[in-house]
Amino acid sequence: MNLRRLFALLGLLIVGSTAIIAVFAPYLTPHDPFLQNLDGRMAAPFWLEGTVPGHLFGTDQLGRDYLSRLIYGARISLLIGTLVVICSGLIGTSLGVLGGYFGGRIDAVVMFVITCRLAIPLILVALTVVSFVGSSFTVVVLTLGLLLWERFAVVARTTTMQVRNLDYVAAAQASGASTWHILLREILPNIAHHLVVVATLEMALAILLEAALSFLGLGVPSPLPSWGLMISEAKDYMYFSPWVIMIPGVALFVLVLGINLLGDGLRDWLGAARDA
Amino acid sequence: MTPEPLLEVADLRVRFGARVEAVRGVSLTVNKGETHCLVGESGCGKSVTALATMGLLARGAVRSSGRLRFAGQDLTNLSERELSKLRGDRMAMIFQEPMTSLNPAFTIGSQMAEVMQRHRKVTRAEAMERAGFLLFKVGITNPALRLGQFPHQLSGGLRQRVMIAMALMCEPELLIADEPTTALDVTVQAQILRLLAGFQRELGLGILLITHDLGVVARVAHRVSVMYAGEVVESAPASQLFANPTHPYTRGLLASVPVPGKIARGSRLGSIPGTVPRIGPGFAGCGFRDRCGHASEACAGPIAVQQAGPDHIYRCQLQASWPQDQAA
Repeated sequence: MNLRRLFALLGLLIVGSTAIIAVFAPYLTPHDPFLQNLDGRMAAPFWLEGTVPGHLFGTDQLGRDYLSRLIYGARISLLIGTLVVICSGLIGTSLGVLGGYFGGRIDAVVMFVITCRLAIPLILVALTVVSFVGSSFTVVVLTLGLLLWERFAVVARTTTMQVRNLDYVAAAQASGASTWHILLREILPNIAHHLVVVATLEMALAILLEAALSFLGLGVPSPLPSWGLMISEAKDYMYFSPWVIMIPGVALFVLVLGINLLGDGLRDWLGAARDA
Repeated sequence: MTPEPLLEVADLRVRFGARVEAVRGVSLTVNKGETHCLVGESGCGKSVTALATMGLLARGAVRSSGRLRFAGQDLTNLSERELSKLRGDRMAMIFQEPMTSLNPAFTIGSQMAEVMQRHRKVTRAEAMERAGFLLFKVGITNPALRLGQFPHQLSGGLRQRVMIAMALMCEPELLIADEPTTALDVTVQAQILRLLAGFQRELGLGILLITHDLGVVARVAHRVSVMYAGEVVESAPASQLFANPTHPYTRGLLASVPVPGKIARGSRLGSIPGTVPRIGPGFAGCGFRDRCGHASEACAGPIAVQQAGPDHIYRCQLQASWPQDQAA
């Protein structure tokens, strides 16, 4: 077993266990993540002095159980990551495949749209949108989903261009296949392995961006337990209780690292499977 | 003359952009039950002729004039939709590269069944049954197993058999085979050619076989057209062409083929000096004149098509009886 496979397995383990924890959050959390207890604020986690039995990771500035909030935060991170990837993947893939397959004017328009998108500063747009419609879970998903598609589009476009000149596409045309059939059955399945890798990278990026937006107060609104929001709320207390900022920070780091490792692994694995 | 030919191509021209004219007035016919071989070196426009016939030219290629009739139907004014109804149903095509002509994402059976379901009202099960039957017919020993396999699990020879079976799913009348055996080794090549000939006898298939292998031509062709730089330079029934090649290029080609027993050990094989010129629109005269040992001033002018015998034409200003022993 080489190192690359080991890393990929580690990624799979991290993402898999986070997903399971997120799905079964209500059964795993020891406390209600929204329940405040002003008498028991800032309890330390179990490896420090001043820890309170029953609160493994201590409590936050409002006395809410930190472990429970962390688990629910995983739910929000993964949900946002998944929804954003679905949304941006649909937009980017359709644009890229159409541009790559038809070429000519259609491709010129697609390229123009991609270039326009690249010229839009993400955080500034998010800021503007939030100041107009207010922040909510849906707004974050839509803003990121409608903005993060350019990598899908670029990859889908170039891979479609490679596949569309292969013999089996010509063979399909020669056997009377319609354009729709060619796009959906000949092109898409054969570029999917590239798109899966992009999807993992975009998912990691979406989770980081959501954390950044929440940190700036533009993302998921309080009291929802987003990891970015937890970091943001903890920054006032980090000098006396550094764990409140460390715990969600480490969680975010580990999850994003896991997704990226998984993405690398998928790229190796899917590439090897196709070359076999 | 025969009634109406299955496929009639007349004065076909294809150009890429403003600079390159790949096919310059090609005419050929394929009759029912006949194999017409289109021979020529790489880049002479064989494949483009085939693709233009199927209406499958790539972006940027323009078919500028010409007549295309298939089974009494004019193909030039059919819509894309009507054309795709013919393709795969009444006219099918086999490609050169068996390794890349199958979609790697789906099983053999699913790809074969799809072709039939596209054109006929049959259930998936019925289409699969026909696919299995055809795989058996092309000599694949375990059709049921192969139907469920993916292309990467098959060897090149097997894949080319699958391609042939796939082309025959809807019992086409015309089969265009673009170098179907070039990528295969010689034994497999012979099997594939025998297979095609067998189906031809059985179904009355008209075959347009594109190849640069004169050995293949000698084995299967009824009629041969030799292409050079986008033109048919000589066309004749196969026996006549081999017995009495008339165009200097044809003679040069035949002289470059080693024939066991005829060529003495150590003697030099014939070759044609130079390469195919790049020919743009407005080019006049014979495309071969720069490489031809018999070129004269007349070769720069328009070249008439001459008769060398019944049904045997060639495009050269030389008389049909020019000295046979001198190759180009």
